[in-house]
Amino acid sequence: MNLPIPKDSTAGLILSAVFGLIFGVLLNKGRVTDYNVIVNLFRLKDFTVVKIMFTAIIVGGLGVFVMKGAGLIGEYQIKAADLLGVALGSAIFGVGMALLGYCPGTGVAAMATGRLHAVVGFFGMIAGGIVYAFSYTWIKANILSIGAMGKVRLSDVTGVPDIAWWVILVAIAAGVFYLLETKFKPSQEKI
Amino acid sequence: MSSTDTTESSNRSSLSLRRKSWNSYAVGTGIGVLSWLVFLIVNKPLGMSTEISKFSGWVAGIFMGQEAILQNSYWASKTPGFGYSTVFLIFTAVGAFISAKMSGDLSTEKVPPLWEKYQGTGVAKRMVAAFAGGALLLFGARMAGGCTSGHGISGTLQLGLSSWLFFPVMLISGIITARVIFRKQVN
Repeated sequence: MNLPIPKDSTAGLILSAVFGLIFGVLLNKGRVTDYNVIVNLFRLKDFTVVKIMFTAIIVGGLGVFVMKGAGLIGEYQIKAADLLGVALGSAIFGVGMALLGYCPGTGVAAMATGRLHAVVGFFGMIAGGIVYAFSYTWIKANILSIGAMGKVRLSDVTGVPDIAWWVILVAIAAGVFYLLETKFKPSQEKI
Repeated sequence: MSSTDTTESSNRSSLSLRRKSWNSYAVGTGIGVLSWLVFLIVNKPLGMSTEISKFSGWVAGIFMGQEAILQNSYWASKTPGFGYSTVFLIFTAVGAFISAKMSGDLSTEKVPPLWEKYQGTGVAKRMVAAFAGGALLLFGARMAGGCTSGHGISGTLQLGLSSWLFFPVMLISGIITARVIFRKQVN
């Protein structure tokens, strides 16, 4: 079998269903489809999101790094570092995530578990998508153009090679996980 | 909730679909391994917000006509349509539904108890906040170039600069917002 297979082929679509199914199960079992878990991240009372995401980044990133090194996968597919756009967009995103209590992926998953406010949140996402599309020309000219560094990676801007970044990140993750499991156990009282 | 959850499922395997929750590190590892597979097999990083914005283009097209949508500078490059990511989005929902169904986690929650404690029982107020939150989420995600999936997982694990900027800014912004929302209990 030649990899990668075309994603919009029949096999690609079937695999997509399998991947989506797994992702949805993992989000629900990880409790990140739970309003409290997301909101309590921002209230610094529940670090489930940090544990899941940091683990996913380390496991996923090391695997991708090794596969890239072995020539199994092609170029990295990263997003442009339009610094002002990313900073402003992330800040707006954070407000939205604290208000809704979900992010886009967990919102879709929470909607499927019946949460009616997540359904309304999804309608809001559609509205936000429409507003963005109609503001795009202006945003592109006035915001995305500022600090546009292109699709750069940490190693490109720092000169520190990937392998060193992974050593640093694994060390940070180990430290963070240790602190979360020992010294900094949030109280069970989450409300 | 967590204490009853453990007793209820103590005699089941720790990764049973009937359990309400799995170990966070196991879930994170699962998402990490899923990332290997998507890079290796289809070379398409996990993401969600691009597909939702395409879907919003399709919705806008119902009212404005699909022709008009393609004239839009954003949707011209992210053309609404059915494809790999559409299937992924739908089956993420299906997976979450099956998981919740099997563990008894389905609920038609309108106002979460935690919100209620600080913002009151009003359904309309909660729904307005949820709608506004959703709108800001997708607007912000598109401006930033990704969401918690595309930036938070797929971008960070490739050591992309933009994604490592997204993460801390989103976190700080959320913390500040939560301080405002959960400042004072209503009663």
